[in-house]
Amino acid sequence: MFKFDKLVFGDAGWGDEFLIATLMTLLVSIMSMGLGLFIAIITVWAKLIQNKITRLLANFYTTVIRGVPELLVIYLIFFGGNAVVMKIAKIFGYHGYIELNAFTIATIAIAIISATYSSEVLRAAYLSVSKGQLEAARALGMNKFSIFIKVISPQVIRYALPGIGNVWQITLKDTSLISVTGLVEIMRQSRISSNVEHSPLTFLITAAVLYLCLTTFSGRFFKYLEINYSKGYST
Amino acid sequence: MIEYFQSFQNTLIFKNFFIVLSGLDNTLLLLLVSLPIGFILALIFALGRVSKIKLLSSTIASYIFVIRGTPLLVQIYLIYFGLGSVKYIRESFLWYALKEPFWCGVIALTINTVAYGAEIFRGGIQSIDRGQVESGLSLGFSKFLLLRKIILPIAIRKVLPSYGNELILMVKATSLVSLTTYMEMTGLARKIMAKTFAPVEAFIAAGILYLFLNFLMVQFVKYLEWKYNPHLRLN
Repeated sequence: MFKFDKLVFGDAGWGDEFLIATLMTLLVSIMSMGLGLFIAIITVWAKLIQNKITRLLANFYTTVIRGVPELLVIYLIFFGGNAVVMKIAKIFGYHGYIELNAFTIATIAIAIISATYSSEVLRAAYLSVSKGQLEAARALGMNKFSIFIKVISPQVIRYALPGIGNVWQITLKDTSLISVTGLVEIMRQSRISSNVEHSPLTFLITAAVLYLCLTTFSGRFFKYLEINYSKGYST
Repeated sequence: MIEYFQSFQNTLIFKNFFIVLSGLDNTLLLLLVSLPIGFILALIFALGRVSKIKLLSSTIASYIFVIRGTPLLVQIYLIYFGLGSVKYIRESFLWYALKEPFWCGVIALTINTVAYGAEIFRGGIQSIDRGQVESGLSLGFSKFLLLRKIILPIAIRKVLPSYGNELILMVKATSLVSLTTYMEMTGLARKIMAKTFAPVEAFIAAGILYLFLNFLMVQFVKYLEWKYNPHLRLN
């Protein structure tokens, strides 16, 4: 049933392929988490400035993406992304054929999904920084940039870390869906291997164990970060 | 006006909408079977998780750990491809259920939602004020009566918002069952895409339906919250 001998490294087994696939999953997760945080910061900014249009757009974005299955978003970007990019290129006078590779599409798709979750976390964290501190900083004559760097962001990071840890776990698990784009990450690799070896159980359990390791160890890492960032604060 | 409407009727998005709509019953069927079973099992598992029997509690804890640490897609594939590849299972009565993608989807979704739901309910049960349980005990309630009249109503009421989130995640999760050839809304949208090469129209039609479904779910949870929190109503 479970064929351990198929998991050795080298030509006889799929160990090295799975190692590369795991690194690919991690790479996509980290890239899309980073890009997602960037989009999330813009979304939070759009929601918090006193502007109805940006707030409406940001709310529309988060509501729609969170109300639609992740798989649908990935399909839409995978199959529709090229057409959109080519249309944008046409505006700038480029008429050739552009094809985004699977890695780019996967990263963008997961980032767009993960950003909606991150933005809620960051918004809540920003709102829990007390107003008095901003006023105190302004009274000290700090400019907007240094208020953001020295007063807001250290506290936002501390408040947001537990939530960001959860978003990271969701993002990591969502990367399994990008196997539909053909990018060889853990899920895709396990399908390829099981098709070749006719032993789906072996490779799917391997995939499950790899995901479990990734989520567990990254969970530990976030716990460590949380402790590190709340030094001096009783928990 | 009528001409305009007729021309709209011929647009791809309008036609697709009704094709995708025909998959709504399959999506709903998945939910209607897996959510009630998942709810009851989650309650039972949560009670087992907080029980004083160490073995039961730790078994359920590890079950929750494994399910929450792996992507749902892995679980669906494990049940659909993995279990189906075991000769012993193929010859047993289980095969009657496992050869159908529908039942594989139901089993995977139920297993998944039970793990998340049990963790949510555990939080609710553990947050109950000790005094309320003690007052029940001092009135001579039996353990079952205590559970039925005090613990479960308060726990469920408290966790309704977070269980509502889980329900929405489940609506979105049904889309993954389409990857096991089960033709629900996402599967049909994918099929339309393959036929017409118009990805955006097909997936937007499905997206609108999912948004609507989630909107209904949110309203349902809001109604439940209103109904079971009479002490929090303003009038």
